[in-house]
Amino acid sequence: MSDFAVELRNVIKIFPTPEGGQVKAVDDVTIHIKQGEFFSLLGPSGCGKTTSLRLMAGFEWPTNGEVYIDGKLMGRTPPYLRPVNTVFQSYALFQHMTVFQNVAFGLEMEKVPKAGITRRVEEALEMVKLSGMGRRRPKQLSGGQQQRVALARALVKRPKVLLLDEPLGALDLKLRKEMQLELKALQEQVGITFVYVTHDQEEALTMSDRIAVMNKGKALQIGLPVEIYERPNCRFVADFIGETNFLSGTVKKVSKEKVTVFIPALSMEIDGIGHGSFSAGQNVAVSVRPEKIRLADDDGKPVSGLRGTENLLHGKVVTTAYIGSDTRVDLDLGHDVRIRAWEQNDISTLDPEAYYADGDAVRIYLPYENTLVLPEDVS
Amino acid sequence: MTTAQAPGKAVRRFSLKKVLRESSVAQGLFLIGPTNTYLIVFMVIPLILVTVLSFLSRGTYGEVVYKFSIESYLRLFDPLYAKILGYSLLVGLLTTVLSLVIGYPMAYYIARAPARQRSLYLFLILLPFWTNFIIRIYAWIMILRSSGFLNSFLQWIGVIHEPLNILYTPTAVLIGMVYEFLPFMVLPLYTSLEKIENAQLEAAADLGAPPWKAFLRVTLPLSVPGMIAGTILVFIPAMGMFVVPDLMGGAKTMLIGNVIRNQFLTARDWPFGAAASMLLMFLTMVFTLYYTRKAGFGEELLL
Repeated sequence: MSDFAVELRNVIKIFPTPEGGQVKAVDDVTIHIKQGEFFSLLGPSGCGKTTSLRLMAGFEWPTNGEVYIDGKLMGRTPPYLRPVNTVFQSYALFQHMTVFQNVAFGLEMEKVPKAGITRRVEEALEMVKLSGMGRRRPKQLSGGQQQRVALARALVKRPKVLLLDEPLGALDLKLRKEMQLELKALQEQVGITFVYVTHDQEEALTMSDRIAVMNKGKALQIGLPVEIYERPNCRFVADFIGETNFLSGTVKKVSKEKVTVFIPALSMEIDGIGHGSFSAGQNVAVSVRPEKIRLADDDGKPVSGLRGTENLLHGKVVTTAYIGSDTRVDLDLGHDVRIRAWEQNDISTLDPEAYYADGDAVRIYLPYENTLVLPEDVS
Repeated sequence: MTTAQAPGKAVRRFSLKKVLRESSVAQGLFLIGPTNTYLIVFMVIPLILVTVLSFLSRGTYGEVVYKFSIESYLRLFDPLYAKILGYSLLVGLLTTVLSLVIGYPMAYYIARAPARQRSLYLFLILLPFWTNFIIRIYAWIMILRSSGFLNSFLQWIGVIHEPLNILYTPTAVLIGMVYEFLPFMVLPLYTSLEKIENAQLEAAADLGAPPWKAFLRVTLPLSVPGMIAGTILVFIPAMGMFVVPDLMGGAKTMLIGNVIRNQFLTARDWPFGAAASMLLMFLTMVFTLYYTRKAGFGEELLL
């Protein structure tokens, strides 16, 4: 058994366009997915995540590069000979078959004996909580139930890898949240490698062991959810995952991790952490997540708990939005620069003085270790 | 309330607009009216006429005598007519089966073709309808006769040395019938095949089905409605066809359609012709009903 369930090595996929041109749907992607991992391909629509999944399933063949599944080079192996199964975005259930027949289909193709089929189908239906629904038709089921049938139909084959193409996309928010947890629990229970395509960053963060963030056919960053969120490697990843504030500037000075960036819009320098190599004069984006900004009234009184390494800016509150757990404060730094900070409401009070109000002058602290210097793009 | 209307002048005039606005029954009748009128004029009344006619008798000079008689129906039990009926049934079934066998790959090909080519192919399927049916049949005669295009060609390339005798045989009738009815099979088949999502076939492949198994287990069952609709659309008119056997079958091929036509136009025995029509209608109906009960009603017929 290979260490990796799925490997894409320098995979390129080019499609012809109806106008006679070409489009690079997947552009030199290399991904190693470990056995038993819950791996997500995350990105906006058209980023190449679904094409990457279809390359693993065998619905598409790479224009260049190799796809390995369980250590075996796939080449032009057709889907019906690959040890993977897919849960389709549209479910693609067979409408002319019952739920039982749908789930049994894959086992019949493997020529499993009849008794074995009945037992395994029933087990699979039980696993997705659809026991007793075997005689219904897909159309008689709700969206969530159809989704479970699609899952059972794929899992009953005991594939090496389960490929899921935005399987929760058609469900409403509440059901989606429930299914996220259920899917994750199911994956841990069966121990099968899941490759999960989604454009929902929260979904990816909740469920995945590791995530590949994709854009324009490239895998920009591959890492743990915490790495993707806390240590994005470029402007796009920081922007796509969660919320953040950007200040554009040029590198002034680099000393080890500490990068000093000149922000022309504010005519000031900001110190931040740069992971990777930077050189003076390089155009960069400084990223600070709104929950990591510290605010204080601009009244000259000392602020507790500061390390002294924070970047200090001055600004005015533009608007505030109280959302319970925290208050979202939009700030104007002057020169048309705006940033957003989230102040946690960690003291229970009704006193309006305890909250920021429109027009308040504030001191804005950007802690040095939470201020990330990012290249505009990964090459 | 001050009354502005002069007494006695409040004549309630009938207003169609008002009735239509207020009564849902009137709305329904209004909407279905044209269809119903059409059906009554062109189907119900002729059907009643034929039914009545079939129970009358024939005068010496071929005129209709208004005297009740079941004579015409009794004559249908003549073994001669039973044979013709059986033969018509056979030709009808063969036409249907051949249309299905030839039409399925055509419909499949069109349904799987790139979207832009599909409309071209559909157009080509419908193109023959722009030419008169009789002219097209004569074209077939030109092709099939002893010194026709087909024989000339086959002799030229040396496949045969004596011309094949196709025209004025049952084979020619079948060729003509299949040619005429093929579009009625292809179109409903296309409709049902085109509706099958590619994801369904991908799912079958994903679950381990090689292409031919995916075809048998997914494509074929999902196209059953189109097959039923096409079968009905071909079988019913094929049973009553008389032009093709007349022109391409010579005197040798007699179908029930020819019998009926001859009674009305040549033998001038309208009551017997009407009775034969009733029998044909009855048999076709029984056949179709039995078939749709067994196979389900082809919903593609409604599209």
